[in-house]
Amino acid sequence: MTPADRFARLTDLLPADTDLIRRGRWLAVDCRVDVGSEPFFLSIREGALTALDRGARLMRSTAFSYRATDEAWTNYWKPIPEPGWHDLFALTKRGAASMDGDLRPLLQNLQYFKDLLALPRREAV
Amino acid sequence: MAPALEPMVGRYVRLEIDGVPHRVYFEEAGPKDGGGIPLVCLHTAGADNRQYRHLMADPEITSRFRVLAFDLPWHGKSTPPDGWERGEYRLTTQSYTAAIRAFCQALELDKPVVMGCSIGGRIVLNLAIAHAAEFRALIALEAADFQQPWYDTAWLHRPDVHGGEVCAALVSGLVAPQSPAVSRHETLWMYMQGGPGIFKGDLYFYRVDGDLREKVKTIDTRVCPLYLLTGEYDFSCTPEDTLRTAKQIPGVEVTIMKEVGHFPMSENPAQFRKYILPVLDKISR
Repeated sequence: MTPADRFARLTDLLPADTDLIRRGRWLAVDCRVDVGSEPFFLSIREGALTALDRGARLMRSTAFSYRATDEAWTNYWKPIPEPGWHDLFALTKRGAASMDGDLRPLLQNLQYFKDLLALPRREAV
Repeated sequence: MAPALEPMVGRYVRLEIDGVPHRVYFEEAGPKDGGGIPLVCLHTAGADNRQYRHLMADPEITSRFRVLAFDLPWHGKSTPPDGWERGEYRLTTQSYTAAIRAFCQALELDKPVVMGCSIGGRIVLNLAIAHAAEFRALIALEAADFQQPWYDTAWLHRPDVHGGEVCAALVSGLVAPQSPAVSRHETLWMYMQGGPGIFKGDLYFYRVDGDLREKVKTIDTRVCPLYLLTGEYDFSCTPEDTLRTAKQIPGVEVTIMKEVGHFPMSENPAQFRKYILPVLDKISR
């Protein structure tokens, strides 16, 4: 399973975590997450994923993007990540990830996004 | 049934810092018959003295040390000075050093040991640079002469982002994945409880005013022993940052702690204990 395949499992992983959905209940945003070279477009409403579109979408507008390399996601999703690979900001600091766009919804719901993007860690590969 | 009282006791002390009256809250625990080597503990930015509650409840430590942990002004139960509402809070090397020395003098501590974490670790380096003769030993946790910033502190204090929640969420990544969930979330809870703009104001010292590059070379560990301990999961003050700092200080003792992040004493008290007890043993000999 590629890192992008693992991320695509978010459609099953998030509905199984009702507490995470509860914590994101104020959130309504469209954002982009790149897993290596594959973009994913997430539509989130009241903490739930209403769409997860995999692959390029012409002129799709999003509030913000978080992009990381396949290596970064592979390490980030290890059951116990190694030092320096264990947090979204650790990845950006080491140059393996970047974030851009309107970061306000990300920062307003930061723990939600950290936990959302860590969900693939729960599934063994 | 007797109440399950913990051993630490909290009090307020009135003191002046740079001529300004303050009411400072602190907790302490020590030998049952009094005495003990004073060990003053400094919390991280935007947090408070509760980070050291496990140390204050450890008889192996409090049988030899009088452990005191105070809340910096503006933090925890230490109130800000009168008129605080008319200015922006900013911690500086000068004001932080003055607060520590004022506390030690007000409590009439004789050559205390000072242990600080993060900003507390950085200021301990400044104590080693400028006031080493006043202390029996200095312990800097998660400390370096300088660290590369990893986010924009402007996000920490603005009306459209919940300050407590964003502070906690940012620093949550500095906790090691192995740390117990209960301790992780207790550590984050303190960040959620910080006053508006206080974490940001502390980081002014950390990022702008407290650059100690070059200055650490003047530290003389023969005057006062210095111990540096950093967690391997701390990507704010990385082990490389601490090792680089240590290389410039002859006689310093440096330890990289396994399975620990930026908040060793509160995120994983049992793991931290393995590392800090040998240091305290040396100091108490």
